[in-house]
Order: sequence, then C-alpha cells, then structure tokens
Amino acid sequence: MRRSLPTAAVAVAMASALLFAGCASKDDSGGGGGGSTGSATSTGDLSIQPVVQIDESGKEVPAADASNAADPAGDGKATCASTTTIAMAGALTGPNAALGINIIDGAKVAVEAHNKANANCQVQLKGYDTEGDPQKATQVAPTIVANKNVIGLLGPAFSGETSAVGQVFKEANLLSLTASATNVDLTKNGWTNFFRGLANDGVQGPAVAHYLVDSKGFKKVCVVQDDSDYGVGLAKAVTDALGSAADKDCAASVKTGDKDFSATVQIVKSADADAIFYAGYYAEAAPFVSQLRSSGVDATFVSADGTNDPEFVKQAGSASKDALLSCPCGPAPDQFATDYKSTNGGRAPGVYSVEGYDLATIMLAGIDSGITDRAKLVDYVKSYSGDGLARHYQWGSTGELSSALIWIYEVK
Amino acid sequence: MSALLLPDVLASAHTTLAADGVIDFNTDRLFSSFWSLTVDGLTYGAIYALIAVGYTLVYGVLRLINFAHSEIFMLGMFGQYAVLWALGFVPRGDVYSEGTALTVMYLLIAMIGGMVVSGGAAVGLERVAYRPLRRRGAPSLTFLITAIGASFVLQEFVHFVLPKLTGGNFGGTTAQQPIRLVQETTVFTVFGADVSNVDIVVVVAALVLAFLVDRFVNATKFGRGIRAVAQDPVTATLMGVSRERVIMLTFLLGGLLAGAAAMLYCLKIPNGIIYSGGFILGIKAFAAAVLGGIGNLRGALLGGLLLGVMELYGQALFGTEWRDVVAFVVLVLVLLFRPTGILGESLGRARA
Repeated sequence: MRRSLPTAAVAVAMASALLFAGCASKDDSGGGGGGSTGSATSTGDLSIQPVVQIDESGKEVPAADASNAADPAGDGKATCASTTTIAMAGALTGPNAALGINIIDGAKVAVEAHNKANANCQVQLKGYDTEGDPQKATQVAPTIVANKNVIGLLGPAFSGETSAVGQVFKEANLLSLTASATNVDLTKNGWTNFFRGLANDGVQGPAVAHYLVDSKGFKKVCVVQDDSDYGVGLAKAVTDALGSAADKDCAASVKTGDKDFSATVQIVKSADADAIFYAGYYAEAAPFVSQLRSSGVDATFVSADGTNDPEFVKQAGSASKDALLSCPCGPAPDQFATDYKSTNGGRAPGVYSVEGYDLATIMLAGIDSGITDRAKLVDYVKSYSGDGLARHYQWGSTGELSSALIWIYEVK
Repeated sequence: MSALLLPDVLASAHTTLAADGVIDFNTDRLFSSFWSLTVDGLTYGAIYALIAVGYTLVYGVLRLINFAHSEIFMLGMFGQYAVLWALGFVPRGDVYSEGTALTVMYLLIAMIGGMVVSGGAAVGLERVAYRPLRRRGAPSLTFLITAIGASFVLQEFVHFVLPKLTGGNFGGTTAQQPIRLVQETTVFTVFGADVSNVDIVVVVAALVLAFLVDRFVNATKFGRGIRAVAQDPVTATLMGVSRERVIMLTFLLGGLLAGAAAMLYCLKIPNGIIYSGGFILGIKAFAAAVLGGIGNLRGALLGGLLLGVMELYGQALFGTEWRDVVAFVVLVLVLLFRPTGILGESLGRARA
C-alpha cells in the first residue's frame, strides 16, 4: 500500500485521462448526453437586439432608413485605375482582432458590390495589421503612406493607435476615416484629414444617463466602474449626467480580472436601486450580472459598448436577459447581414461592421466621382452628406459627425 | 472603447477626491448588510481555507512557499470543468436542472475529477520542479524562484498551449463558458441575511474536508510521518520515515484540497474558469495561511474564514476598490501583534 502510492496516483491520473478521451465524443450529440436528460431553466437563444437610437440628451431619434443608404455599386459606369486602393488599418491579429476583422469584413462587402457593378473600376481593399498596438501602428503607418496606390484609409481602428499615428497621415494628407476610434480628444489635434464615423465617448455617457432617467423613469441608479481608463471615464460621464439619480452610497468600483463581486452585490442589493450601470468590459460584466441575479437583485442591468459583445450573453446566459447595452455602433440591417455572411464565409456581422461598410461606401463614391488623388478625396468627404445603413453621415469642421447618435440594445 | 488621456484621468481623480473623499467610512453600509456580508464572507473564506491548507502543509514540511499552488487550483477548475464536459454537459449560460440526487452525483464526480487533476498536477510539479533541486541541495531561494516560474509556466500553458491541444475547447484568452448545475436559491434567512444552497454546500463541504485532513495528519500513520518530517527531517529519516514519500504525500494532499476547492469555487462563480483565475485567490489563500499561522492546519482554516469575512466588511466600510488592501492590512496588523500568526506556526511542534 505504502509503496504503491506514487504508482497509484499516476495510474489514477492516467485512467482519468483515458476516461476524458473516451467520453469526450459524447458532447457532439445535440444537447449532450447528461445534459439532454435535464431541461433548461430557460431558452438559450438570447441575443443582443437593437431597441432604439438616442441623441446626447437621451431622446429617441428614428433610425436612418436603410433604403436611402448609399449603394456602393453606384451607377455602374465608373472608371478608375485598376491599382486604386483603399487601405484599412487596425487589429487583424492579436487579442483584439475581432473588432478589426469586423470592420474590414464590412468594408469588403461594399468593395465587392462596387467591383461587381463597375467592370471598369476595380478597387482594391488592402488590410494593414497593427494588432491594435500603438507602437506597431507607428511602424505600419509609413508603409501605408508610402504606397502611392492608397487613396484613402479606413481607420485606424483603436483610439490609442490613432493618437499615435494620426500626425503621419495628416502630413501625407491621406484621408483617415475611422469606424471605431471613440476617444474624445482625437478630433482636437487639428487633423484636417481625420473624420470619425460614429459618436465619441463624450456622447455615450450622457446619452445613456438621460435615457435611463427620462425614458425609463429610473429614480435610483448604482454606477459600478472597473479600473480601466475606459470604465473610469465612462462612469464619470454617466454619474455626472444622472445627477441626483446616481446614488453615491451604492457606487462601487471593481478590478479588471475580478470574478467575485460579493461585496458589490451586497451593497447594490441593500440599496434597492432601479438600475445598475456597469462601466467596463464583458469579462467582468458577465459574472457580475450572474451574481446579482443569483442574489435576487432584479434591477435593470445597463452597460455600454465594452459589454456589447456576444461573449457577454454566452457567459451570463439567462442572467443577461433584459440587460440594456449602449453602443455608438449601428445595428446591421437584414440584407446587409445576408450579404456579409455570403462574403465572409458565414460569419455574422459584429460591432462596427456596418460602420466599415458605410465608410468604405463613401470612399468608393468619391472614387467613382473621378477622384484620383488623396487631397481631393479628403475634400470630398469634408463636404459629403448622405445616408448610410447606420446613420446620416455629414461632418463638422473638426471631423466629428454633425449628429452624433447612440444606439440602445437589449438582450432578448 | 478608448483610453482617456492621462490628464483627463488625473482631473477626474481630482474631482472625485474633492467631491466625496477617496476612502469612504460608510458605517451604515456595513451595518445594514452586516449579516449578508458575513454569510458571503464565510463562503469565500471556506474556499480560501481549503487552498490555504496546501500552502501550509508544504511550508510545514519543506519550509517552501509553493507559489505555484494557485495554478494547481486553477488546473483543478479546468479539471472539474472537463469532467462535466465529458459527462455530456454542454457549456451554456443557463443552469441545468437534473434533480437533486443526480446533481449531487455529478458534482461529486466533478469534484473527484478536479481533485485528481489538481493532485496529479501537484505531485507532477513536485517531481519535475522541486525534486531535482532538492537532489542537488539547492538553496531555498532557488525553490522560491522555481515556484514563481512554475506558476507562470502553468498559467501560460493553459493560456496558449491547452487550446491548441483541445481544439480550442479548453483554455485560451477568454473565460470558459460556464457549465452550471446548481441555481443559487435562498434556503433560509438569518438576521435578514439570505443563506443560499450554494453557501451551505461550500461551507459544509469545506469544513468536512478540513476536518478529514486534520484527522489524517493528526491521527494516522501517514500523518505522523508528515508531522515527524515537519518537526525534524533528519531524525525522522533516522527513524525510518521516508522523507521523499512524505513530501509527495504532502503535495498530493494540498493538491486534492485545491481541486475540491476549485469545484466549490466554480459552484459559486461558474464564470471564473480562466487561466489567470487562480492567481489572486492563491495570494489571498497564502495570506490566509500566514494569518492563521503558516504550517498550522487549523490556522489555515481560521485564517481563511477570517480573511473572507474581513475582506467583505472592509469593502462595505471603505469602498469596494479597497478590497485587496483590506485583506493585506488585516494581515499586517495581525502579524504586528502575533508575528507567527493567530494560532502560531509549527505543524509538528503542537501535537507531536
């Protein structure tokens, strides 16, 4: 007995390994072996659905009519050099690649539709991978500028990399049309070539706060923030705009990477609030909302674009039901979703895919109008006014949209 | 989704500071939910305690702080998850309802699975990382660095290698999609605090396991070996106790408890299964072990429960952002007055 102890331990470990290997095939059988014998407590097909579009004061704004949206196909008579290239810069690999891929895949739909309709104008779409890393982006930016075929740039995708390389594109006077960089300060650099295709961070917080108080009628909201720059900034914007509805006693802050939120849950529970606003990312939001629900807190869970991710629903399951999630990103219309799937091997459009499509469409329209140099394309976008799938696009002098709107989504 | 610039953060930090103070002293918040905090604190404390036993046993026998123990716990989480997966449960956000008897059975199987994986990993770690060092008579600092290194190796293994080996089903950058067998529901209420089924299961299971380990160490032949080596390795060897076997047994015991703790933890927090999920818990459990008196089994239990409760009281009192600070301030304060922890240090000395 005594001597066989190490051997026994190894044997048990090996036996269990065999057991795993043997049984692992079972999980393919539909609902799963053991799982199928039980019944789910609720349906597993929740998803994030668009509800309403609001402006900075929280008032409802009717969604843009997608049927008026600019068509990348144009009139089919465009002619251009076959080397004409639209560049896209953003994270195409690395941990944050999902966003970059959403954008370039959206743009791909527009470019394909355009090239199909215009036999004499075959525009190339070229992706430049920055991994979302500002340092990497500073190495990539000069190669984009040096490529003489690049007439306009879709990106950079993230705020950090944009602020690192914006000046490079400014000096080359290369159009920089971003579909996802939302830091407020980016448009304060005097970059005349930079345009933002969506609302910035300064709009989202107040918009959501006013919506909660005015439209939802919430009297008491607990604002919980994580320790990221994004979470801290957003929580402050929301708390300020909520005014007296923000209850200081149940405000809490958690850490990125935390999984257990018992103290925060107890504090929120004893406050008996109408809603909880969480400023942070889905990795913490999912366990947080699960723990809130299992402790019997049924206040509405509200969060922003950091949580607006299918992974949130996947992780939290039925606890995520009825959660409100805001996002400056617009929802994908059905037809676009179908086209997107057929272009991109069955993948569904994600956050910022529609923006990628809309902004690429604007650049294609510029190319179709006969523009062949970078400076003229910048001027074209500066004076552009037209509807896209997500919203009306028209820019002010700083490069911000003249009407910056936020979408509220709900998990249902 | 973007970063604010530093001046903005500083400005906002400054206004918050001026507005309501950085550290709250919210006694109302503490007293209004005192008992709820106590219940939750005991639940987490019980989990800390089980992990702390692993630190304490290894320290008692080897005078080594096995920093890789937090990763043994993390592997236990993946182990019990894999067992549930193998039993046919498909990960999803919702709770399975299998009926009490079946659920208990599945949970027991999962717990055993977690224990096997953790126990195996702990013994394996000892073989691969520590035994060769011991053979060569390495100084204790080398052991410490090796422990920290092993901790990173195990984390990154689950982070990068495991998803490749399992076709992306296990490991990787994001947390595992949960497999939830138990819906947390309130069973009864004490002084206005809801006590849930999960709380009861976690605390009772932890107490039973802690009792069993205590009996094992204090009342069996193997336990006597452990105590003997802890007390005086040279004499123990002269008396015919195999030091190597005792060391392995110690790692196995710590690993088994970490595996059990992993299952209990996942019962409470199903979304917690991620490669980095053991790190903070491990640090807390280590603090709990020191708080109770490292090397002392009952101290680990006491330290764990105390730390769990104090952490929650502290968060209610000072604000949730002070969580980790509270835990370690308590530790420092206790050590100021009792440098060897609440119940004193030695594993062997107490009841030889």
